[in-house]
Amino acid sequence: MNEEVGLQPYLMLGALLFVCGVVCMATKRNAIGVLIGVELVLNGANINLVAFARFNPVFEIEGMVFSLMVIVLAAGEAAVALAIVLNFYNNHMTVDVDTAEELKG
Amino acid sequence: MESFLFYVIAGVTGLCAIATVVTHNIVRAATWLLFTLTGTSAIFFLLGADLVGATQLLVYVGGTLVLVVFGVMLTAQGPFISMKTSSAEWAISATVGLVLLVVLVLGVMSLPQSGLRRPPSPDTADTDLVDKAMQTTNLNNNDAATAPYSAVIGEGFLGVPVGPPHIERPDGAPRVVRASYLLPFEIVSVHLLVVLIGAAYLARAKRRRGASS
Amino acid sequence: MASPLFADTSFVWFVALAVIAAGALIGFMLVSAIFSVWLERKVAGRIQDRLGPTRVGGKFGWLQTLADGMKLLIKEDIIPDAADHMLFRIGPYIALVGSFMGFLALPFGLGVVAMDMNVAVFFMLAAMSSEVFGIILIGYGSGSKWSLFGGMREAAQMVSYEIPMALCVIVPVVVAGSMNLSQIAIQQSGGLWNWYVFHDPFTFGAFWTYFTCAMASCKRAPFDLAEAESELVAGFHTEYSGFRWLAIFMAEYGSMVAVSGIASMMFLGGWSTGLPVEFATLFGGFETLQFTIGGTIVDLGMGFGNTINVIVFIFKCWFLVFIMMWVRWTLPRLRIDQVMMTCLKYLVPISCVLLMGVSLWQLLLPFWLNDVCRWLIFGLSILGLAWFLRTIVTFASSKPGEGMPGMWRTTGLPGYQGAKQTP
Repeated sequence: MNEEVGLQPYLMLGALLFVCGVVCMATKRNAIGVLIGVELVLNGANINLVAFARFNPVFEIEGMVFSLMVIVLAAGEAAVALAIVLNFYNNHMTVDVDTAEELKG
Repeated sequence: MESFLFYVIAGVTGLCAIATVVTHNIVRAATWLLFTLTGTSAIFFLLGADLVGATQLLVYVGGTLVLVVFGVMLTAQGPFISMKTSSAEWAISATVGLVLLVVLVLGVMSLPQSGLRRPPSPDTADTDLVDKAMQTTNLNNNDAATAPYSAVIGEGFLGVPVGPPHIERPDGAPRVVRASYLLPFEIVSVHLLVVLIGAAYLARAKRRRGASS
Repeated sequence: MASPLFADTSFVWFVALAVIAAGALIGFMLVSAIFSVWLERKVAGRIQDRLGPTRVGGKFGWLQTLADGMKLLIKEDIIPDAADHMLFRIGPYIALVGSFMGFLALPFGLGVVAMDMNVAVFFMLAAMSSEVFGIILIGYGSGSKWSLFGGMREAAQMVSYEIPMALCVIVPVVVAGSMNLSQIAIQQSGGLWNWYVFHDPFTFGAFWTYFTCAMASCKRAPFDLAEAESELVAGFHTEYSGFRWLAIFMAEYGSMVAVSGIASMMFLGGWSTGLPVEFATLFGGFETLQFTIGGTIVDLGMGFGNTINVIVFIFKCWFLVFIMMWVRWTLPRLRIDQVMMTCLKYLVPISCVLLMGVSLWQLLLPFWLNDVCRWLIFGLSILGLAWFLRTIVTFASSKPGEGMPGMWRTTGLPGYQGAKQTP
């Protein structure tokens, strides 16, 4: 119970979150579901960054600063994405991404 | 203790992430995302990154997720709450996801275990320079629980070069450099201002399609 | 090499300590909630010129809350048909957990803290901001549009008021130089004049602004549109009864105590009584009173000193909660647009000005001028407090019908026959 957890379990958790986010982006038909997938991807990447910051002494501060930047930028990106989704909903009365095909062909 | 806590928190986070993907009700997906984000914040606290963990809670859970749920509420009329995907799409996505997961896990497992504890000492660097640099590092104690990361990160954002030293090896003599983070801080501040204005403009109240303008 | 976070402690001892700390914090939160419910009803009664609970448990109704709790526990568990069952069930507990997490970093005495973090204030604000999602789930999960409206209004209000709250919290952090709440409290020890509320005009303003934002963030009147009894039945928790309703209210009173804890820690000196003596170090340090359990040294003298500290701090928290209740039963309710305008048009600019002001104050003013201003503000505050107490005593000891300025007397309209016409 008292042994140390190495770097690899954290990276595998990050990979799991990343893959869940990718599958979420691919399968959800609701536009906000796609946004939820994007958040999962960014969280997986953040776990990777902070794990490397903890286990690699050279990367100590940079990992944390990098993940702070990612968190802030993700918040901004979620705001703009939601504004776009709301515009789409106001124009088409639906949030189904399968119906967003006016630019096709 | 750390391994017990890690396996509990990572298990809960992973299960909630999978539940986010699997559920077809969008409000429940947002709820599972809440638990995933809180679990991620707990992982950050476990890794000793207090500031990042608290920022994750404040910005992601208390900000971004509330924004997502507001978006869900504004667009969640009856038929849009649960939209099912066809099984063919599920099969393809799951296959792609599994392949990606296998590739990532293989990449993780191939990391060399030895070189991660200390950076490899440069051969041609001046050892006195390295020792002097290591002595004047801001984080003298290696204890993750009590290292004053928030003060150091704050100094870095103000422009003071902080952090463990990097040995730069140009062709001539090696130099010890540290990084300051003033420029990323300013860029992100301007970026947030642009996002604020852009989102407010994009989401302004407009007439619905079909009404005469 | 073992992890640096948990070195030198065995697994069982660590889990036992964690359970004891969490149990103590939950116990404090529940006792505060029980006491606050009784206090609210008594304060409401007295302000409305009636007595409040007087039957259960003696003349003052001490056990009223226990009777209420027992009633709520045996109520029927009703879930509306249109409700999302899972979200309806877990919503109150998310709010409760979010409210409880804030207590993890709150120090009650010198070293009496569950988790001594370097980012304690930041963590408390962050943990309590996750309560918003619980409110949204409560509003949405009820399946009725009134609850949804109340929940959305409440979420918008809580999220908006986090901004001036965080800006006002940064003001004493700038003065103290650290986000560590224990450090902030230690720096305010050594006398009533060291408290940050008297430090400069900007922290003085920050205290009142923070208290207003805290009241709005806890959805207390005059900002309680979300549970507006006269408009939305009971707002976002209309469909809740029984133990789930109790959980929602424990979360609300828990957040009230937590934000009062932050206010007393950052502005009112934390656990210091105002006397220039620190009780924990006064009684601590004697080897005769120390013994060792499981690797940690237990100092009984310091424990006795810290007991005084904890009692003083809890008294300060409950006093600020009492002031919140006093304001609730005195002022009328604001509309939702007035609530948002107060935040965006008044409190955010005021907080920004306070933050800029305190930063310039710390950088530019020489020390002697800082001391002069501190003593000036301290003196003026003591005089103001004395005048306020005198006003209260004068009104309390006057006969009914005279002394209190009322609408009828000032307008001269015929109607209220009871007041004497004083010249």
